[in-house]
Amino acid sequence: MEILLIVILVLMIGGAIFSLEARDLLSAVIAYGIVGFGLVICFLLLQAPDLALVQIVVETITLIIMIAVILNSTREDVKTRGGIRSVFFVIFAFIFAGLFLYFFNRVTGTLSDFGEHVMRMSEAYVLPGAEKTGSANLVTGVIFDFRGYDTLGEATILFTAVIGVLTVLRVKGRK
Amino acid sequence: MKGMTVIVKKVTELMCGVIFLYGIYIIIHGHLTPGGGFAGGVIIAGSFILLILSFGSDFLALKKEETGSSLIESSAILTFLIIAVLGMIIGGTGVFFKNFLPGGTIGKLISAGVIPLYNIAIGMEVAAAILTIFLALLIYKDEVLK
Amino acid sequence: MIIYLLCIFLFLVGLYGVVAKRNLIKIVIGLAIMEYSVNLFLILIGYVKGGAAPIRSGEMADKAFTNFVDPLPQAMVLTAIVIGLATTALLLAIAIRIYKKYGTFDIREIKNLKG
Repeated sequence: MEILLIVILVLMIGGAIFSLEARDLLSAVIAYGIVGFGLVICFLLLQAPDLALVQIVVETITLIIMIAVILNSTREDVKTRGGIRSVFFVIFAFIFAGLFLYFFNRVTGTLSDFGEHVMRMSEAYVLPGAEKTGSANLVTGVIFDFRGYDTLGEATILFTAVIGVLTVLRVKGRK
Repeated sequence: MKGMTVIVKKVTELMCGVIFLYGIYIIIHGHLTPGGGFAGGVIIAGSFILLILSFGSDFLALKKEETGSSLIESSAILTFLIIAVLGMIIGGTGVFFKNFLPGGTIGKLISAGVIPLYNIAIGMEVAAAILTIFLALLIYKDEVLK
Repeated sequence: MIIYLLCIFLFLVGLYGVVAKRNLIKIVIGLAIMEYSVNLFLILIGYVKGGAAPIRSGEMADKAFTNFVDPLPQAMVLTAIVIGLATTALLLAIAIRIYKKYGTFDIREIKNLKG
């Protein structure tokens, strides 16, 4: 199963790089769909059906909104100037990525290996969780019972984002 | 925005109600099966978006729709808070988000106390929020093109 | 361990898009890719080999069965995905307003203030 995950992740990285380098914005957005739908398969393989269900619908609606924005503006990417400066940028980007990967590799040494996760905090949620909340789906039990404050905060952020969209997109004031 | 061809309209007519019912099923079985308020809310919003995309926005009074969905969103988040405060008052211990209804047997549809009520409130909130964002983009486009 | 490294490489690709690209739509795509990679990283940490999805039904309804994957990061990521949709829509709304005012998605043009 690890091999399958690695293959899907490499495919997602390829889609992400193509999406950032494409000349046409419409093909960039469609290549971005590779990343989101690859993530759905990863969630299914990692035993998270709740997340897969949410992600597949959210990805579809994100693509609809992005395509609507692009069809109403322009499809062409901005022109970039080449030259000696861009070569420097590429070199610096590779140096920075190497440093980042090196330090990250040292940090993950303190984590447990993939698949050998030891539950410390979640034991209180898994063992008596179904009996305490009465909910067969443990994820729903955690969201709405043990950690209800997080859900309240999430609802507030969603509300704020919607108010922001309504404010930014208003052309004429309401009479 | 104009609608699509008659084939797309007919298929949408047949499918849209089924998708809406599926979203409601996902919400009210949220404590038994995968899903819950977040997934079901996005699916319900998707059924409305499908309807708008295939039939076009000409026959909709968009401003009125947007006011309605915004109102539903605000009242849903208020319902969520009221249930949480009710737990503080009725539960007796003074704890916010207290599960004050009896738990019932695990695996039955009516069980888990107030969790299905939270699921319904969150589902309404997410559906109305996403629909409001989509309608705001459509109204903006109509006003700019005019 | 190589899965963690690939996941963080996806994060770096998104960071490259945010820092180096000059198109507003590409910057939004880069931010969304970073968000996806962080979600995937949290779920990868919580995976237990051979574990079942955290739902007590069927043969897992037994009280003795405890070999589940960690439900806590799943609950956190579930809320983060829906927030991500709303914030992406907010960024796109700002981008389309800028396009109407300046006629381009290029951030170098936007720096020159117009009256």
